[in-house]
Parts: sequence; C-alpha cells; structure tokens
Amino acid sequence: MTTWLYDGSFDGFLSAVFDLYWQKRTDVMIRKEQDHVRGLFENVIFTPTVVANADRVWAGLSKKLSAENLQQLFCCYLSELPGEEDNMVGFIRHVFASKQDVTGDFGNKYVLHVSQMARKVLKEKHRMEAFVRFQLTRDNIYYSLVSPEYNVLPLIARHFKDRYADQYWLIYDERRRFGIYYNLQQVETIRLHFNGEYDPYYHSTSNVWAPEEELYQRLWHTYFKEVNIPGRKNPRLQLQHMPRRYWKYLTEMRG
Amino acid sequence: MAMERIQEKLAILADAAKYDVSCASSGSDRKNDTKGLGNAAPGMGICHSYTPDGRCVSLLKILLTNVCIYDCAYCVSRRSNDVKRAAFTVQEVVDLTINFYRRNYIEGLFLSSGIFKDPDYTMERLVRVAKKLRTENNFNGYIHLKAIPGASDELMQEAGLYADRLSVNLELPTEAGLKLLAPEKTRPAMIKPIRFLQNEIIRLADERKVLKKVPTFIPAGQSTQVIVGAAGETDMEILHMASQFYRQFQLKRVYYSGYVPISDDTRLPGMHSQVPLLRENRLYQADYLVRLYGFEPHELLNEKHPDLDTDIDPKLSWALRHLDCFPVDINKADKMLIARIPGIGLESAKKICAARTHGALGWDQLKQMGVQISRARYFVTCKSASLERRELTPEQIRQQLLTQSHSKWLRVHTTQLSLF
Ligand code: SF4
Repeated sequence: MTTWLYDGSFDGFLSAVFDLYWQKRTDVMIRKEQDHVRGLFENVIFTPTVVANADRVWAGLSKKLSAENLQQLFCCYLSELPGEEDNMVGFIRHVFASKQDVTGDFGNKYVLHVSQMARKVLKEKHRMEAFVRFQLTRDNIYYSLVSPEYNVLPLIARHFKDRYADQYWLIYDERRRFGIYYNLQQVETIRLHFNGEYDPYYHSTSNVWAPEEELYQRLWHTYFKEVNIPGRKNPRLQLQHMPRRYWKYLTEMRG
Repeated sequence: MAMERIQEKLAILADAAKYDVSCASSGSDRKNDTKGLGNAAPGMGICHSYTPDGRCVSLLKILLTNVCIYDCAYCVSRRSNDVKRAAFTVQEVVDLTINFYRRNYIEGLFLSSGIFKDPDYTMERLVRVAKKLRTENNFNGYIHLKAIPGASDELMQEAGLYADRLSVNLELPTEAGLKLLAPEKTRPAMIKPIRFLQNEIIRLADERKVLKKVPTFIPAGQSTQVIVGAAGETDMEILHMASQFYRQFQLKRVYYSGYVPISDDTRLPGMHSQVPLLRENRLYQADYLVRLYGFEPHELLNEKHPDLDTDIDPKLSWALRHLDCFPVDINKADKMLIARIPGIGLESAKKICAARTHGALGWDQLKQMGVQISRARYFVTCKSASLERRELTPEQIRQQLLTQSHSKWLRVHTTQLSLF
C-alpha cells in the first residue's frame, strides 16, 4: 500500500484520482497532507495539484452523473472526515465502470454511502441557513459567527447572496478560521486577523455594534419568549431540532 | 421610553397571536429579482428557531391589534376578556419585519388581527402593511395575511397581490361548534372569501395562459385552521371536513390546533384540562395520509372507528384492520402500495422503487434505505427469508409493537436512572 498526499483542496483530490487512472494503480490510499500521521514503514508520496487534470476528471464525471450526484460527491469532500477519500474513490471507480446511470443503485455500498453522507452534510447546510444570526456592526456589515460540523460555507453562499442582495454581510467559520463576505457584488472568501483582546461574542457595551442592534436583539428575545406556549412544553423536541452545540451562536438562546 | 412601549406591544401582540399554529412559510416562489431584500424559495420554508415547546419559529407572527368587537369563547382577544390591549402602527410592523428579516431571524411576516371597528377597516390596515413592505421596502420575503371574513372583494383582491398566502380560519370543525362558541360567526360568511380567492386564483391562472404579464396572486395559496378539542367533535368529523376543503377549495393546508385552556367558560374544557397534543399529532398524521399517500378519509375513520387510535399511528391502525392486503412484495408492488406499509415512508418507497431496478432487495438494503424493519416486517415479503412466519392476529401484532416501543422507552429511562 502506498499513501498519496494532496494539498487538501478538492482539485488536489481530483488530481490524485487522475494519477490513479493514469498509472493504473489500485494499491493507493489518498489522504490530506495536513491530517496525515505518517506510519513507520509507510510509503508516502506527495501528489501535486494540477488543475487541468482535476478538470478532466470532473468533466468525465459530469458526463455520467446528474448535477445532484456531483453535488453529493462534493459534499463528501466537505465532510472533511478522515479517510472519506476511500469512499469517494470507490464511488468514482464504480461510476466509471458502470454502463448504466448509477443513480439509485443503492445495492452498491459506495453509491449508498455517498448519498447518506451527502444527506448529513446537506442537513448541516440547511441548519446553517436557519441558524446564522446577523448582528449589525457600526460600519454597516451584518456579521455572523458560526461553527458548522462540516465545511458548509461553500454550500450556503448562494442562498445568502440571493436573499440578502442589498446588504453587506459576513459569515465567519470560527472553527475553520475563514469566512464568506458579500460586498453587494459578489461573495469572496476572507480570513480575519483579530487583535489580542478579540472577543467574538456579542456584548451590548462593545462599540463594534450599530446603535440599534441592542434594541432588535431585545425585541427578538421578547418575541421568542412570548410565542412559547408553556402548556405544550417539550424540551426534547426543541433539542432534537436545535441541538445544544448551536446555542451559543443563537441570539435568542443566549442569557 | 418609546423603546419600552414597542417591547410591551410586541409582548402583548405576539402572545395573542401564538395560538394560531400555522407557521409554514412554504409553497411560494418569490425570487429576489429586484436585488432587494429577501426571497420566498419554493418548497419548504426555513425554521429559524425552536421554542421550548418544540414548535418551529419561521415567521414573525403577530396581531396588528388585539382589540376586537367579537366575543368568540375560545379566543384570548374576545371583547369580554379582561386583558391588556395594544395596537401597532403600520410603520412599526414594517420596521420589525425588515429588521428581524435582515438578521436572519425569520422568513417573513404572518399578520393577523382582532376586528376593530369593522372588517373592511381591519383588512385595509393589513393590506397597507403588505403593500408598504413590497413597494417601499423592496421586500420579497414571505407574507401571510389573515383574510377577514366580511371585508370587501376589492380588499381581498389587493391583499392577494402582495401576500404569499391568505387564510381564513374556520375556527371550529363543525357548524354546531361554531353556533355554541362563536354565535356571531357563521360558516357561510367564512366560506365566502375562501371561494372568492379560489376563483381569483383560477381566473388569473387562466389569464396567464394567454397573457404575458399577469400579476402573481397568493402563490402559496390558502390555508385554514381549526381548533381541536374545544367543542366535542369527533376525529372523523374533522378529517372529513378537512378533506372536503382540500378538494373543494384546493386549500394548501389545514392546521389543527389543540385547544389550550384560556377561560373558565362552562361551554369549554376547564382551565386544568390538558392540551390534546397527542390527538393533534394523530390528526396531522391522518391529514398527511390523505394529502400525500392517497388514502381516502373513510379508510382511516368511519362510523365504526370515529376517532383515531392514540396508542398507534393511523397508518398502522389502518393496516391492522386490513391484514388481507398484506404481505406486500417489496420487489414487485406499486410505489403507492409500498408507501401504505407501516414503517415505510414516501421517501423510502421512492428509493425502493429506484433501487430494485438494479437487483432484488433484502432486509439489509431496506434497512439502509430508512425502512423501520421492526414495523414493516409484519407486512412485507422481500428477497430475504420472512422474519414473521407465524400467523399473527392484528391484536398480537399491535401488542408486540406496543411492547417494543414501551421497552424502548423504559430502556432510555433506566440508563438515565443508573447515572445517579
Ligand atoms: S374575531 Fe378573531 S380575534 Fe376576535 S374574538 Fe373572534 S377569534 Fe378572537
């Protein structure tokens, strides 16, 4: 067994897949360079990212897969789970080997896996679309901090761009340390450099926020409290839909 | 000061609106073509939060005012009730909606109101809010307005141009209930705007076929709500009424709201009665079966079985009464028949039909496609050997399934206890 490392990008992964086919290899594991812990007798090679090669693999897949299936494969990549590459390679091999369309071929374990993994990632996408809370800053940017389980910012950019077309907004992934920023024209990926006393959470006294921000947070709190019906109390259902790990980012759930 | 007043108003007018359970922001298709604020994407709307009662918060749901000239017994805003009254101005509602929306708190606005002065006066204000949002604020998010029975056709028509959805609440499932608890209201008066709006929808859809520029008109259609458990009606009466309204007026949804005791009026269940949550849940399940699974209401409820079984869901209950229809062969049967099997939903049925073209399916694959084997096994044959060879009576199956779910419940509780 040989391990091939790629730079962590999706193009890097597809480049490695290209080389698999080019060199007709079946004894290779593809892994992210940054996650990899080298075994004692492991044979490790770095495969460079070649965009042209990545494009060729993607074009080949596009001929055999629907847009939905392609997105599912991309979702597996965004899951960032260690070793997920093995499932993606298994899936790609099955796609190229099959004569007929693999959509719905759930008897194949890779097809089933990819659809299940994608479902998890897309669930997190929907949750982010729901649970992003913007806070208006003094310089007129609607700012939100999140920490999604999977790397879904690339998937939600479109939704927020379509919906909030007339306001500046920034959604920052605290865990992965990058954000997407909309400047009224397009969405760009940015990294923020915080100074020493940086505190990401909301404090009404901080001078970062627009003067009316406090009022609307207070009104939202009021609303949230009033619409609850105590006679129908069901905290388990609430938790099931809104697991605790999201709470610290939700205006209405903060003290 | 102004700040505190608006907070107090919001508290009063959100509290008074919360008994209306329809929260959906679904079924519209308003795009943000104007590059303004918001859109109402087709399909499911987003639930932005969940309150401790487990209900979804999707829309800013408020009353314009809780001042009302009527005296419906089941309603907190009835004129004889001694509560604090308040009223928003049109501009206040607009500001709240826009600012909540920009912060991604909500999908849009659900505006209802007590009847102050008269129906036209009230409806005119509601329409003004929607118009201002659409035309002055370039707002393309979701707007649901209450249609006030008795308001003029012109106002209804105008409301339909700005709103994504309009709803007239039927309030009580039967006319007898209405007579008892809201004698000032009549069923025909409620049906009139529903019929008017339906005709408008049809008329504009026809125009759209020949003319290019026809305005959108309530793209998410009409819905209604009935209160369950306030006037002693049976589930059969409720479900038959609902399915009649689905058919006759193409309503998008009927919502069922378990009566929350708010009054010691002797015509109503007492202040200490429980909210019939389980019953409400079973009604939603039955409603789904009628709307999406092709069940006829009388298959689920009839003179012999006028009420839904609270212990088991309506599909299982139906299946146990019709064991002669089973077992169903997963690898051959029609999709809609597969969807009738307890433990298999529409999603799984679709997957099964797609997957079986690649080869016959067994238990393992069914499980991976989301089928609840513990229920489905009594009703299914597939490639694998049968799990239930014995001939069981409906009562035996029911008991087995109940003990299973019961023991699952027990298991959860014992592990929790052993922690202490
Ligand atoms: S008309 Fe509406 S607001 Fe007024 S009492 Fe009846 S249900 Fe309540």
